[in-house]
Amino acid sequence: MTADITTPLIPPIFGKTLTELRMIVSEAGLPGYTATQLADWLYKKNASSFEEMTNLSKKGRQFLTDHFSVGVMVPKKIQSSIDGTRKYLFPAAGGKFIETAMIPENERITVCVSSQVGCKMGCLFCMTGKQGFQGQLTAGEIVNQIRSIDEAGQVSNIVYMGMGEPFDNLDEVLKSLEILTSEWGYAMSPRRITVSTIGIIPGMVTFLEKSEAHLAVSLHTPFDDERRTLMPVQVAYPIADVINEIKKWDFTKQRRVSFEYIMFQGLNDTPKHVQELSRLLNGIKCRINLIRFHPIPGTPLQGSNDETILSFKDKLNSKGILTTIRASRGQDIYAACGLLSTKELIKKSQNPS
Amino acid sequence: MIVSMIKKSEDSSQLLRVTITSNKEIAPGVYYLSYQRTHDFLAGQVIKVSLDENNPPRIYSICSGNLDPETSILFNIKEGGLLTPKMARLRPGDNLLVSAPYGGFISSGQSEWWISTGTGIAPFYSMIRSGLGNKCRLIHGVRSESQFYFQKEIRSVMGEHYMTCCSGEEVPGSFYGRVTDWLSALDELPTNIKYYLCGKALMVVDVRDLLIERGIPFENIMAEIYF
Repeated sequence: MTADITTPLIPPIFGKTLTELRMIVSEAGLPGYTATQLADWLYKKNASSFEEMTNLSKKGRQFLTDHFSVGVMVPKKIQSSIDGTRKYLFPAAGGKFIETAMIPENERITVCVSSQVGCKMGCLFCMTGKQGFQGQLTAGEIVNQIRSIDEAGQVSNIVYMGMGEPFDNLDEVLKSLEILTSEWGYAMSPRRITVSTIGIIPGMVTFLEKSEAHLAVSLHTPFDDERRTLMPVQVAYPIADVINEIKKWDFTKQRRVSFEYIMFQGLNDTPKHVQELSRLLNGIKCRINLIRFHPIPGTPLQGSNDETILSFKDKLNSKGILTTIRASRGQDIYAACGLLSTKELIKKSQNPS
Repeated sequence: MIVSMIKKSEDSSQLLRVTITSNKEIAPGVYYLSYQRTHDFLAGQVIKVSLDENNPPRIYSICSGNLDPETSILFNIKEGGLLTPKMARLRPGDNLLVSAPYGGFISSGQSEWWISTGTGIAPFYSMIRSGLGNKCRLIHGVRSESQFYFQKEIRSVMGEHYMTCCSGEEVPGSFYGRVTDWLSALDELPTNIKYYLCGKALMVVDVRDLLIERGIPFENIMAEIYF
């Protein structure tokens, strides 16, 4: 899955699961407990060099230094929004870049992580889609977005809503979730993590089986023909099939499912959409998040106005579907939903002037 | 008769075991795999394909006519892939799991422009073999000449309405460059017809941006991305 990005010559150890660390120490002939110690240094003590790992044997440290890099990456650039949101730019393997958004809200710090460089899904309204697909992120590159921001250690919530489609990079996303939620890792509750998908059904099913994190689905319109013009994935994974799959799972307890809905003027904000949404989602305990459209260059789409969004919300609520409006954050630094892109950086690296 | 055994389209989540009738390498690393048709379908639809129950299926456009006795797909070997290297080794008589055809990448039956790259030609080849090629224009972009799959047959049906673009080498009779270059060089693009795009993400988003910039309403653009 990660073959698209040039593998660094010295493989990083950050991003390995406990099982993988056990294999590494076993092959090196080191004592088995070294794996737990390593996990502790990497994911709890935030070590950035093998020298710091003082309870490891000298032989162990030497072996690690000879064969691995720690592999944590510091951000190349940080931008701050007037609303407190920050956007981090991280280098990824192969000379590429990814973006991460940190969104503070009262006591909460939510980090929006990327799972791919670029995206293959090509949604009409999304800036990331416009750069095409450049590569998969490793679990280490995903978790590093939590580990290497200034707010590391204070993160209360994580959303996989940055660049890329998480379930098109399923193995690495699942590994990153394991590191974030395991006792030997960051020990975060999976209930503080939400993975957002466009509706790649096989990946979604595996995720629902193997992880306990919340699920968010980019819905945007309940109508097949409209969704096809907005989201090419509708051809392969129609939203009706996605919903049918979701209905097989229990979201009435601690695990939640939500639906993301960007509001486009005159396109998906009419009473018939309310009607069809209520029909489509009937029987699912869920929430709809209405999102203001953040226009991207050259877009033929226009966002709904606040009045329409409020009335759409009220109508859905009166149909019994819990509906909220997501606050737009970090728009001035292009950190808001649908605005993440490293296209210009890719162009620069391909045509250095 | 074969026809009497053909089923109407049904739930695409169920996979059906079929026997492969042929699997030919039609260009380096590119295969054309066929099995006896099991269902009715509309040209442009897709099927889910898997080797066994343990691996999640992948989706492929049907690459044969809706009246052809065999249903076919076109695929290239993805290095390190779980499915395609194994699928390339399948021989006639081997089994494959396939779903019923489904999907809405369907021709309107009116005049349309079809724009594709690489194996993204598949749904359009299906449309051509299903008798829908007469009113349409097909633009196919590739890196090397060997990737102009089904060229002779398409040329015989579409004639001048079949445009080939090759970005990796100069090929007589083909435009030297990408499909986006060819489209950019046109003075005018019809705005009242449907455009169908099929291929990799970057081609689809670049062509879509270009079409929108040239005044084509986004509702007239239908895209299928191979991922």
